[in-house]
Formats: sequence, structure tokens, C-alpha cells
Amino acid sequence: MIEIQDYPSRLADPASRKFETFSYLPELSKKQIRQQVEYLVSQSWHPAIEHTEPENACHTYWYMWKLPLFGETDIDRILAEAEACHKANPGHYMRLVGYDTRAQCLGTALVIYRGPIEV
Amino acid sequence: MAKTYQAGVKAYRDTYWTPDYVPRDSDLLACFKVTAQSGVSREEAAAAVAAESSTGTWTTVWTDLLTDLEYYKGRAYRIEDVPGDAESFYAFIAYPIDLFEEGSVVNVFTSLVGNVFGFKALRHLRLEDVRFPLAYVMTCGGPPAGMQVERDRLNKYGRPLLGCTIKPKLGLSAKNYGRAVYECLRGGLDFTKDDENVNSQPFMRWRERFQFVMEAIHQAEAETGERKGHYLNVTAPTPEDMYQRAEYARELGAPIIMHDFLTGGFCANTGLANWCRNNRMLLHIHRAMHAVIDRHPKHGIHFRVLVKGLRLSGGDHLHSGTVVGKLEGDRQATLGWIDIMRKRVVGEDRSRGLFFTQDWGAMPGLFPVASGGIHVWHMPALVAIYGDDAVFQFGGGTLGHPWGNAAGAAANRVALEACVQARNEGRELEREGGDILRAAAKHSPPLAAAMETWKEIKFEFDTVDKLDVTAKT
Repeated sequence: MIEIQDYPSRLADPASRKFETFSYLPELSKKQIRQQVEYLVSQSWHPAIEHTEPENACHTYWYMWKLPLFGETDIDRILAEAEACHKANPGHYMRLVGYDTRAQCLGTALVIYRGPIEV
Repeated sequence: MAKTYQAGVKAYRDTYWTPDYVPRDSDLLACFKVTAQSGVSREEAAAAVAAESSTGTWTTVWTDLLTDLEYYKGRAYRIEDVPGDAESFYAFIAYPIDLFEEGSVVNVFTSLVGNVFGFKALRHLRLEDVRFPLAYVMTCGGPPAGMQVERDRLNKYGRPLLGCTIKPKLGLSAKNYGRAVYECLRGGLDFTKDDENVNSQPFMRWRERFQFVMEAIHQAEAETGERKGHYLNVTAPTPEDMYQRAEYARELGAPIIMHDFLTGGFCANTGLANWCRNNRMLLHIHRAMHAVIDRHPKHGIHFRVLVKGLRLSGGDHLHSGTVVGKLEGDRQATLGWIDIMRKRVVGEDRSRGLFFTQDWGAMPGLFPVASGGIHVWHMPALVAIYGDDAVFQFGGGTLGHPWGNAAGAAANRVALEACVQARNEGRELEREGGDILRAAAKHSPPLAAAMETWKEIKFEFDTVDKLDVTAKT
């Protein structure tokens, strides 16, 4: 039996904040993010990129980067837009969402940069 | 020729057995599994069920001639064999929509499963399925919010939701109970739940519980940045008490409350669902007493019919069984009734026990809740079976973690996210589940400890009520 460990979440520690679909896993690698974007596209969801200052990450609405990439299925183009958003807003949380138009709801919301981020 | 009045007893089949009838889109259709007393023909038994659940009584009465009985009567229009069962048969009955008060699940059940179930000519009777015409569906309120609205309110996308029923189910003080809630929520659960027996007992009155639970929610939300909820059970001895508790939950800012729809009844449930819709409150539905009604394969009401009644009456979550845990539930049948909860149109599919195509129109779907005897090792199968639109509730599987509730919650959340990630990557969860969990446990000590605690537990009892799709040996 593994020895009892304390649960380290703290009000004072910003790292204890969790956001969106995969927030309890280690940060996704580039390859893993790519696989999730492929899944998003395979579901016929519209990809869109949103970002915010870490202190505002609890808000419902984050800043929308340009417009959703309607009908975009080129994974490289989607990732390039994410990269461009990150360059323009270093230190921001950034998430990739998939609009499911049939369900009238997001199919996924995946944080791909966690702030505060070292540049 | 005009009818004349002739007193006396007529065979039911003369009036109510109409094999040439083609059901209308606006008819309410029902499929009963009938087991008649010996000596009663199938046609007579089916006609008797149609009569006793609609306009008929045991003898002719003169006032029959004052109405258009040909229009108002229920009609037995088809009889089918039950596969592998020589003593019972399926009877299909069509009822004109006018027989049922608009928006009243109560009235539908009073008619369909009323006196007829005690009828002497029958040994057993089971209501297997019902097709509600879309015209009737549109008169009902349905889920107060529905799945998509709930996701938007709680900001949870792309994965099933996680809950936990607080245990021990009876005896905790309100403050200690709130502690258990707080630990679960800070560890990564989306919801905790009052057990169904928790109403307002001497050891923990409801106001005290609501207060401490809401404090736990607010603190866990501040700590994790996520939105959290606890199903505050407002099931009460009277409707007045129920609404008083619901109002108080709203005043405290609770996002979700809970009701037991069978012990509370459809009247109370429909009223509460309407209240929730008016007050932007989510409604979790428990199903105590369902097994009394739905478990016997030849008598009672099949659970899929109770599900349809609940979707019309209103609820945003409903317990569905787990397929993999400690409670009853054949896999194909479960897939059938979780479709009934979630989909817009559910097609006839005998392999899942669905006797009719059911169109729900614009009525929102609700989340099936898988709860009972499940733990992290079940996670891959649960994600594979249910997909994203479900709530998984690990009671003992959270609270029984050797490091406590927060670690137990974190273990479940990590396992859940790892399974969703793997599924999205195209991996087969039910085959590779063990590898996926072991890999995830490398970066999550709480998950590693959970996997060590529970790996030996299995549930391999056979189900009592199986679908009638193959011949029994």
C-alpha cells in the first residue's frame, strides 16, 4: 500500500485552478494536441481559438481570436492560428473549442496553453 | 343502421380487437406483455387490456350510446409471440390522443397502468413500451434545462461529468457532511449528491445541510476555478415542504436540486420541474422504488416506460444503471433507455427492447447517471458505453479511497480524462483500458493508490430481467 499523501490544492496557489476538458492531465505535448485537433475535425465541429489573462480565466467568455475557423479541416492551419494567437498574447490562457452546430453546444474545450506561461 | 341498447356482457374482442386498424400518427401506442389465465384466448385477453385501459367496463351500459365509442375506444391491433416464451404474448394497443389530458404524465399512467393490472382474466401484465405521439410530447414541459444548457451553465465540455453520493447515507451531522462534500469537490468532482434517504432527519435538518453544503461548494469553486454543484434533495412529505426547500436552495445560490420521482410521484415531479424551469435550477432525478415496478419480467412497467414518463414530466439527470456495477441492467436494454433519455428521435430496435420509434421533437434530452458499485477500473468501459453525455457517480469509489475523498476524486477525474483523451486518439477503451489507466497513474499517485485498492473487485451476477430476443433454453 502506498503511504498516505496530502492533497496539495490551495486557494493561494494559482496552479490549483483547473480549466476545461483535460485539466487534470499533465500539459499535452504537441503531438497529443495535434491528435485532439484531428478528433475535433473528425467530428465536423468548427474549431475556434479563445484566450484570456490568467486572472480572468473563470469568466464564461474569453477573448475570441479573429473568428471561428468555419469548416477548416487542415490541422496545420488550425495549429498555426493557435500559434499566432499565442505569440500575440504571451502569458494568456488559451483554449481550442469545437462548435457542434447540431447540438448547439461546444463539443470540446481544450486548454492548449496554461498561464502564467514562461516566454 | 342506428345502434340499439342491449344490456348484458359482451366479449371484449367484439368491440376492442381490431386487427385491420392502422394506427394514426396522433395515437398513443402501447405494447403490453400479456400472460392470460388458461382458457382465455389471446385476442380476448388483448381486447380486455385495451378495453379496461380505455373506455370499457365489464358490462354494456346505456350511456355508451351517447358517445362516439368507435372514436374514443382503445384498440388492440396486433398480437405477437414473445420469443422463447409460449405462455405470454405481446399485445399492441392504440389509444386516441383525446383520452389523455394535455401535459399530464399522471393521467397517462392512471389510464395505462390502472385497474387493468388487477384484472382477473390476466395472470401477469407488463407495460413494455409506449409511443407518445409528438403532438402529446409538445404539451409536456420536459427537462427544465437539458444537457446542452447544463453544459453551458456549468462550463463542462467534451467529457462525461463526475459525481459522488455522500456516505454514510444516514447519520452524519450537517457540518461533517459538508466536509465530505468539500473534499470531493476540491479533488475534481463536478457534483456530489444527497443520498435518496437524506431528506430532513433529526440528525441533520435540511436547512443546516443546505447551508454547510453551499459553503463547501463556494470554497471548492474558489480553489479549483471550476463550477461545482451538489444535488440538494428537496423530496419532502408534502409539496409545500418540497417547494419551501427548493426556494431556500435557490436563495443560497445552488445550481441543482434533486427529487425522487417515483416515491414523490409524477404530480410532484412535474410541478417541481416547472418550478426549476422558472427558476433556472437544474433537476437531478433519483429512481427509488423503480425495481419494485420494473424488475419482474412478466409484470409491472418496464424501466424504458418510466424513462419516457420522466422525460415528459421533467428532469435533467436520471439514474440509468451502469451495466458494469453492482446493480441490475442488461447492456443492450440499457443502451436502449439511455437513447430514450438523450436522443431526439429513437428508432424502433428490438435488439435494444425498443418496440416503437419515438420522436421527441424539440424536447431537450437529459443526462443518464451511472451510479452504484463502480470504481476507476470501470472507467474505460463506462466511457466506451456511455460516451460524453453522461454523469458517472462513484460513491464508495471516491469516499473509499485510502487517502480520503479529495484523492479519490482526483483519481477518478484523472482516469476519466485519460480515457477520453485515449478515445479521441482512436484507441479502443474496452480492450486497452488497463494500459491507459496504468500510463495515467504514472503521473497521478492518487490514481495509482485507487488502482491498487480496487483491482480485485468484480461483479458477475447474471441479470434477472433479460431482453426477450433469443429463445430461452
